[in-house]
Amino acid sequence: MFFKRTSRRQMNQTLLAWLLLAPTLFFMVLFTIWPIIRSVGLSFTAFELGMRTPQFIGLENYTYFATNALFWKIMRNTLYFSILTVVPAFVLGLAFAMFVNKKYRRGIGLFRTSFFYPVVMPMIAIASIWLFMYMPETGMFDQLLMKCGGKPLGVLSNKKYVLPAMAAMYVWREAGYLMIFFLSGLQNLDHELFEAALLDGASPTRTFRSITFPLLAPTTLFVSITALTDSLKLVDHIVIMTEGAPNNASTLLLYYIYQQGFIFFDQAKAATLTVVMLLIMLVISMGQFLNSDKRIYYN
Amino acid sequence: MARKKFHVAFYLLGGIVAFLWLVPLIWMVLTAFTKASFVMQVFPHTGWTFGNIAYVWGQVPFGRYYLNTITIVVCTYAIQFVTITMAAYALATLHFKGEKLVFLIIFVQIIIPNDILIIPNFMTISDLGLTDTKLAIMLPFLGSAMGTFLLRQHFKTIPRALTDAAIIDGCNTAQVIRHVFVPNAKTAYISFALVSVSYHWNNFLWPLVVTNSVENRTLTVGLALFAKSKEAVLQWTNVCAATFIISAPLVVLFLVFQRQFIESFVSSGIK
Repeated sequence: MFFKRTSRRQMNQTLLAWLLLAPTLFFMVLFTIWPIIRSVGLSFTAFELGMRTPQFIGLENYTYFATNALFWKIMRNTLYFSILTVVPAFVLGLAFAMFVNKKYRRGIGLFRTSFFYPVVMPMIAIASIWLFMYMPETGMFDQLLMKCGGKPLGVLSNKKYVLPAMAAMYVWREAGYLMIFFLSGLQNLDHELFEAALLDGASPTRTFRSITFPLLAPTTLFVSITALTDSLKLVDHIVIMTEGAPNNASTLLLYYIYQQGFIFFDQAKAATLTVVMLLIMLVISMGQFLNSDKRIYYN
Repeated sequence: MARKKFHVAFYLLGGIVAFLWLVPLIWMVLTAFTKASFVMQVFPHTGWTFGNIAYVWGQVPFGRYYLNTITIVVCTYAIQFVTITMAAYALATLHFKGEKLVFLIIFVQIIIPNDILIIPNFMTISDLGLTDTKLAIMLPFLGSAMGTFLLRQHFKTIPRALTDAAIIDGCNTAQVIRHVFVPNAKTAYISFALVSVSYHWNNFLWPLVVTNSVENRTLTVGLALFAKSKEAVLQWTNVCAATFIISAPLVVLFLVFQRQFIESFVSSGIK
């Protein structure tokens, strides 16, 4: 009797839960799960402008990209851009956080505001501003170079400098964002440890190396993953600044997906690239599992 | 003495870096309100004017874009408010068959940024015959994994006794959610509101691909079209004016509610 009643209650709970979850799940499945399945399916087909239905062609799209020099160039660009952005944004974010993590110092709030405000600006607005800063000769960057006795570079039309220039803009935006996570990590650390270190006469560098940084490990991992994901998904600026020019030197993977789908109207090729991107995201997210393991030790 | 020197160095270095960080904003705001010049200066020497703003406002239907963006941002959050509340309540209080599957779906949405799925999602929108509508811009975001998760964590901290008391008083599930859970999770709702609003205000790629008319375009898409158009004539005063028009509301909002903004971004990031 008792057993029966609980199982009935269980059934009611299950029904209620699914009813409550239905709207959210409906949108999630339609716009997250289904598109993943659809991309995988489409990647085995040919589906271009003018074709009414996709034609199955097996692995042809994959072999097409695997042997395509442009694809590999874009993959190299993407990797290069990620390295150029993640490492400096990480270092600056941590430095900013340590810098503003002094509540008793006056005027610290102003510093924090200056470092964080780019985060709330639309990337499109930021790119429009930086486009002018990077303008050949008349832009602020070239002006500065010329004042220092250098030659104007016109970085955005220079295939060697275009990605580093975009990365600088990106680091300017991302460092403040990463700062707030480091800041929250720092503020959660145990103060007694620092007092003990101070009493033992540990130098600030030693304290940082032996206490602060190791204890920040969960934050560090989270921040690295965030920075990496952000660097891969942000392409708004390319539309404004270069559209991939010069000679695809600034094309990144997500922009290439956009080009294939909405400029060349080849949905099957775009879907194939989407699958590549999804695989990259899957690998990165493995790091998140690592993170949840670590938390247990530190918290 | 050494300590004082250290303090001076500290503020000097910090001041220089902070100023460097502010340069793009200072330049943009000042340039938006001064007459055109040939050389780019952080502090322009030309006279003040409202001409740039007036010119841009006349060239581009920014009024319409404002209305569109506000409609989208408000409707998106209003619907998210309902969907995430229901979902978070279920995940925080009920034990049911298929719980793991639901968490898996949520996890997938958290790790896959929406922008990556523009191709298949665009196809879905076009299958539904919804291209170039405001609804199309909102649809993919109406079931928010991040919001659900954030709220669920918050709901978990609400004491069971409160729920029990409400049930004894004769509340049904809907009333318990309405009178116990929603009012006790205000901070979570505000956090998610700030993150959701700034995301949708700034979003670009998705609105760009699903809209192609003035009636439905957002501010960001409007700015991008203008910045690349002949009317902008590569004149920075005009582009700065347009940039000012679209980014001012959020930046001002941020300056006023700084603490809340930073706290929301932190709580939405670290789950």
